[in-house]
Amino acid sequence: MSVDDVGELDTASQAASTFGTNVTTTYDAKPTSRVLWVDRFLTFIRFVFILVISVGLLAFIAQQINPQNPFAQWINPDATGLTAAQFKGLLVTGLAQGAMYGLIALGYSMVYGVLGFINFAHGEVFMVGAMSGMITSNKLADAGLWEDAFLFCLLFIVVSSIVLSTATAVIMERIAYRPLRGAPRLIPLITSIGVSFFLQNVSVVLLGPGAKSYPALPSWLSQKRSLIGFQIEGTKLVVLLTAAVSMAGLWYLVERTKTGKAMRAVAEDKEIAALMGIDVNRIIVTTFAVGGAMAGVAGILWGILFRSVIHTTGFLPGIKAFSAAVVGGIGNLGGAMAGGLSLGAAEATAPLMLLEPLGVDGVSQLRDAVAFAVLIFVLLVRPSGLFGERLSEDERA
Amino acid sequence: MTATSNGTPTLEAPGLDWRRQIRFSLIGALSSAFIALAGMPVGLDRRNIIQPLLSMGYLSLLWVPFVLASLAGSQVVLEGMTERVRSSKDLVAGALVGLGSALGLVALMILVKNFNIRDPLVNWSPQLLDLLSFNRSAGLGMVFWIVLGTTLGLMGGAMHVVPTAVRSKTLTVLLSVLAVSVLETFITDLLKGFQLEIFTDFIYYKRGGLEIVGALLVAALAIVIPLLVGDRITVVRTRVREMPADERSRVNLILLLVGSALLLVLPFFLGKITNELLANVGLFVLLALGLNIVVGLAGILDLGYVAFFAVGGYTTAVLTSPNSPGFSPQLPWPVALIVVVVLTGLVGLFIGAPVIRMRGDYLAIVTLGFGEIIRLLFLSDWLSGWFGGAQGITNIPGVDVGFATVNGIDPRSIFLLVLVFSAIAIYISWRLEHSRIGRAWMAIREDEDVAEAMGVNTTNTKLMAFVVGAVLASFSGAIFSAKVGSIFPTSFLMLISIIILVVVIVGGMGNIVGVIVGALVLIGILGGPKQPGLLQEFSEFKLLIYGALLVWMMLKRPEGLVPNVRRSRELHQEEFLQDAWLKGEIDTDDEENPS
Repeated sequence: MSVDDVGELDTASQAASTFGTNVTTTYDAKPTSRVLWVDRFLTFIRFVFILVISVGLLAFIAQQINPQNPFAQWINPDATGLTAAQFKGLLVTGLAQGAMYGLIALGYSMVYGVLGFINFAHGEVFMVGAMSGMITSNKLADAGLWEDAFLFCLLFIVVSSIVLSTATAVIMERIAYRPLRGAPRLIPLITSIGVSFFLQNVSVVLLGPGAKSYPALPSWLSQKRSLIGFQIEGTKLVVLLTAAVSMAGLWYLVERTKTGKAMRAVAEDKEIAALMGIDVNRIIVTTFAVGGAMAGVAGILWGILFRSVIHTTGFLPGIKAFSAAVVGGIGNLGGAMAGGLSLGAAEATAPLMLLEPLGVDGVSQLRDAVAFAVLIFVLLVRPSGLFGERLSEDERA
Repeated sequence: MTATSNGTPTLEAPGLDWRRQIRFSLIGALSSAFIALAGMPVGLDRRNIIQPLLSMGYLSLLWVPFVLASLAGSQVVLEGMTERVRSSKDLVAGALVGLGSALGLVALMILVKNFNIRDPLVNWSPQLLDLLSFNRSAGLGMVFWIVLGTTLGLMGGAMHVVPTAVRSKTLTVLLSVLAVSVLETFITDLLKGFQLEIFTDFIYYKRGGLEIVGALLVAALAIVIPLLVGDRITVVRTRVREMPADERSRVNLILLLVGSALLLVLPFFLGKITNELLANVGLFVLLALGLNIVVGLAGILDLGYVAFFAVGGYTTAVLTSPNSPGFSPQLPWPVALIVVVVLTGLVGLFIGAPVIRMRGDYLAIVTLGFGEIIRLLFLSDWLSGWFGGAQGITNIPGVDVGFATVNGIDPRSIFLLVLVFSAIAIYISWRLEHSRIGRAWMAIREDEDVAEAMGVNTTNTKLMAFVVGAVLASFSGAIFSAKVGSIFPTSFLMLISIIILVVVIVGGMGNIVGVIVGALVLIGILGGPKQPGLLQEFSEFKLLIYGALLVWMMLKRPEGLVPNVRRSRELHQEEFLQDAWLKGEIDTDDEENPS
């Protein structure tokens, strides 16, 4: 580069800086934030959302206090309200499902933090975990080990499904996402939709289209036991415990190990991380692997909770888990788990607590709609999630 | 070595990369084994391509060594490099890839023979082994596959060694034989309309597939016709291109009129099945044109597009059907259509307004959520008083046009109706694309911040795209309910949104012709979510193929089959810049690094 070029560059940068200040002053002098009708409409929708929630909740409380209450009578005379036992039952069910959503959400959150795109196919990684658990547990049941050595079998199916889901996630990254690094934002998203569709149908053509079931659980597991005032089924207890252990393991990995530090560094800024001697590709693969492992665990939990799996199993939990990640603040791991728990609880209780008092029929059909409504509501009211997002500058755009 | 304008010497591209060949043979082995386990050979064996020689089932395995060998041998020649000289080594490499694919199948055959894991893997069956060993002994089958795979791989590798003319001739012959065989239903039906059954009886076998003589005839035609006509077409094309602008537009107009006249006459020469098929394609063309405005022009990824289709369909059903449970005005279809368009536009506005400010990827998920919410609402008991819940709304009358009623019983009339609405939609899309708002959409797609800085009201413009897309989908929904005569929530799964997205992307985002081609190729040949295409045997595998196609397109050709010039320039911006820099077209003054 000649001396002249340097001189030109200097003037150019000066010009740019003066231009920059000019822009700032004009901006300061005349703020350009016009209020569009869309904004008014959005405010209106927020208001309606909050109104529906508060009226529903008030009606519910009114019913609980006294079913003959005129307010409750006025809105929905047929509503019955909930007993304490029913409420606790719903809550426990919701939390157990929420813990599962939380585990899946971790994968969404971590990948979004590192690569800045929604890995739509993560729900299918979860489905792969559930499917592999179905296959291994049925094989173990055929061998007669399932009833006799249940805990050993559980460990075995968890490990095998972790291996399979991790492999799926890593291969997926290698084939579909790595070549697209740096492509326009929507390209990897569309690709991940394709991957998700493909994996679902791989399951159809390899394993057949019907629903497949897990072997029956041993009776000591499905018994209800009481714990601090809650009647909890053993299965739900197992789910909550497994989720807690996995979460603790993940927390240790991310916060206390060198790999975790590298992951956080890559999430913060890939280029600087590379300059610091971190192998960015390896860390991205690790992120996918860890997310895949968590999804594998969640797949087993699904199997234990519902004992039935089909190729579309991954779709709705996947979307809900993504919602959970957004609710908790994307990129924020604790937030993902908390988001999962709150989404699960909301999904289980809201139809009966908010919609039934408002006079909506067949509320349990609307559970999934409630989950989506929570997502829309959070994005409208607090787009950065309940606990704040943790993203690098350029991914926040 | 020569030198280019800015003094960099031309480099010869690196020699044959053996690791790449080995990688491709592994890919070949895995894909052959996967295809076999997915059940394609057994499931597709019913369909003949060439009567005793080749069935679709075998074809599903045989393309692997050929295509992979030719892919493994291909090389991207960067600007400023010359292609390396091909030699017999390429043939060896191709044979290696072919051998790898064959070995995958051989390994699978050994496993299937000795183990039984049919419990999870449904296609792990003796039929598969029989088919793979050509109904003879397994050992003989393995030898067969190794020979076949190696030969096909060799041919794939040879594609790079032989002169271009030979290569393109071979491909033309192969593709035309395949196409004539795949399009059998359509061609038979069309020629029957023209009383030319003699020809189809001659080339096609009675129970599907070409006769050997027929295949040879088609191959001969594929070689002869381009020789006779090829030059003349180029001559005419250059003559049209060199005409003055007003004369050229007149020629285009005449061509357009002739084309549309032919299309209008076409249904009268076609049978019921083909008309039905084309009507389905038309419905998807309408949907894809709408999504093309939202995704292709404005760059908003709407995954809940099926919601508008559903609203269009349900509104028509409620307004026209006497069986509508809640409110049943029994309006005639054209009147109902006006209400449908207005209502769907409003729904578009209502869904669009909350999501339009969100990040692109959040928007995708939230629209998907809206799509599911709308379906769940139609399905719910809560609103079943209006929409019938899971029972849906039945007995929807067709469109009364005075002298005839257009409904599903007569697919020909439905096809004509779809044709009319497609023409309207194409006109709308075309005019919008070249209008001020179309340019604003493209500006937003390319860079929203810059567009805003240029004075585009991004919020309103994006909402406009949403609404126009919704209206086009509502056309399709209205025709759909008149065609089917009854409407259920299961007709509006989120699957449809994804399939429309695949159609738009495979065809070419932002390009009207591309979208139509995409719908014709995908919906016409493979079939829609519930509608069968020409390859009915593919119904189990079409979704798998759609998924794989979407990924492959995004990785290799994100601009689609028929690319929009501007869009493909955006997608390959870096490559263009690099090439231009290598050619010395960019001066150092313009050299700007965006990051």
